[in-house]
Amino acid sequence: MDFSVIFSDALRSGIGPIAAVYALAAMGLNLHFGYTGLLNFGQVGFMLVGGYGLAVTVATYDGSMWLGVLAGLACAVVLALLLGVPTLRLRADYLAITTIAAGETLRLFYRSSWAEDVTGGVFGLQRFASDFYDLSPIPPGTYGVWLVEFNARDLWVLIVGWGLVAVVGVLLALLVHSPWGRVVRSIRDDETAARSLGKNVYWYKMQSLVLGGVIGAVAGMLQAIQVQSVNPDSFDPAVTFFLYTLLVLGGAGRILGPVIGSILFWFVLTFLDSALRQAIDAGYISSDLISTSEIGAVRFALVGLALILLIVFRPQGILGSRKEMLLSER
Amino acid sequence: MCRPRILLPALALALVVLCASPAWGQGEEVPRGRGFGARLLQALIDGVQFGVIIAITAVGLSLIFGTIHLINFAHGEFVTIGATFAFFLNVSPTGPGWHLVPAAIAAVLFGALLGGAVDRVIWRPLRRRGTGLINLFIVTIGLSLLLRHIVLVLYGTRPGSFAQYDIQETIDLGPVAITPRDLTVTLLSVLVLLGVAALLQRTRIGTAVRAVSVNRDLAEASGIDVQRVVLAVWMLGGALAALGGVFFGLVEIITWDMGFKLLLLMFAGIILGGLGSAYGAMVGSLVIGIVAQVSTLWFPVDLQYAWALLVLIAVLLVRPQGILGRRERVG
Repeated sequence: MDFSVIFSDALRSGIGPIAAVYALAAMGLNLHFGYTGLLNFGQVGFMLVGGYGLAVTVATYDGSMWLGVLAGLACAVVLALLLGVPTLRLRADYLAITTIAAGETLRLFYRSSWAEDVTGGVFGLQRFASDFYDLSPIPPGTYGVWLVEFNARDLWVLIVGWGLVAVVGVLLALLVHSPWGRVVRSIRDDETAARSLGKNVYWYKMQSLVLGGVIGAVAGMLQAIQVQSVNPDSFDPAVTFFLYTLLVLGGAGRILGPVIGSILFWFVLTFLDSALRQAIDAGYISSDLISTSEIGAVRFALVGLALILLIVFRPQGILGSRKEMLLSER
Repeated sequence: MCRPRILLPALALALVVLCASPAWGQGEEVPRGRGFGARLLQALIDGVQFGVIIAITAVGLSLIFGTIHLINFAHGEFVTIGATFAFFLNVSPTGPGWHLVPAAIAAVLFGALLGGAVDRVIWRPLRRRGTGLINLFIVTIGLSLLLRHIVLVLYGTRPGSFAQYDIQETIDLGPVAITPRDLTVTLLSVLVLLGVAALLQRTRIGTAVRAVSVNRDLAEASGIDVQRVVLAVWMLGGALAALGGVFFGLVEIITWDMGFKLLLLMFAGIILGGLGSAYGAMVGSLVIGIVAQVSTLWFPVDLQYAWALLVLIAVLLVRPQGILGRRERVG
């Protein structure tokens, strides 16, 4: 087993573009779940409309990238309003079911043969990211420090991705420490108390849903650009569950929670993946027990286990405060 | 049970049929082998068949919600495990190669054991610790990921079907046709649902289950052993989910993620019927099954689940407590 390869794979993934995408999406989810207490299990739906908004505008209708970004953001706002109107007045369990159903319904519509002219159906869309890469000031080549190396394209996505994470993080920090943020947190802690103080709870929840959804849509666009294609099946409900895992890992209700969570999540996940692969190749683990093609599944099973153990034994994650995260029924 | 609540499901069914009726006039515009009426009837039969299978799996989910207010996102995995366990006993070269009937019975028993084990090992200790409900939802999500991918490792990605009753000639009943296998599955499902209803209405444990879901504290104060009732509900839910999985695998196909796909339809069914009500889950699931199948008359087949899920959102707008749900604050 070559530990330097395992370590560099893990490090590459932990600071890589995908970690930035997940950190961004989880920041939106953090606003929903960590600050407002909305149990949104359909964050992937916002990523989907964001990614497709960009891809459809550019690839299907030959629009410019900026128009695509606007379209993606607008789609996220519309989705949040559509989702919020029927569900935000309901109890947390209803919201959870509806959002998961809405995310899956969207995926089914985008991949259906009926929408194939616009969305490319099961094949998805490609060739819409060149505008983004044309903006890159980085000359082609590979760049590396110590154990990690990125090519110019990945490096550009990575810089933009973590740049967005920083900007959104600062904005969110200002927002949640403003009077608006205090109202939203009071809704999380005791909705009835907030209402009895004359706050329009429904409207605050709606604003939080829209804002977090828009952040999710930006993450979806970044993901679409990074893999240079959109495909409905990459917006599986499991993505939302990963977001929850890394959010709880980092600490919900903390600005840096999703960032640290995402870096650590992808580091550990890739570390396990790479280590398992090497262990099987080297014969430490019999390939009868786990074959190389099953590593992905083993990895996801471990994510599930980690989520259970985290919630049971350390619901506040790394950064959070235990008192805030002992959530009861709302 | 008061009269309007019985009328509502009938109204909902009538609505589904009425929505279909305007298209009768356009029968000529749909040049197919059979008339529109016949195709509608066929879709209704398919819908009932699909609906009763969803209902079998959803009843347990709804009862679990009714007794401990937990939405079990891992319920779909119970379905998959039931189907794949029966597949292992029935088809798998490493399995004993039993006939489907004993394999199905074994799968149902295994489902009951699994449900009971999950309650004893995970939920009861967590309830003792006083873990919040929201956190419990997230635990069920983790459990769902864990179980689903264990199934994926053990079963693999290849879709499968059982060794017996795989390909059958249809029997024609006037305008509609159904295979003996599907007919048997449908009738058996209806019998099982009636059995569950009888269990809830006539037996001591059934009465206790209903008492706990109406008012847990009062039930406990009147001497009902709530922990035992909850265990019974989990075992019943696990067994029914496994049975539903076997049935679904029989009439459709067995895949490693079949349960998760069914889970969303179960949610739609139980919300439509009213969260926590066993009979609501049955009626709601039936409507969902019919909506899914009837929608294929106008819309592409790959969207049939999506329409069923849209019904869920529509219901929340109009009548969030569902068809048979108790009118209570839901937000």
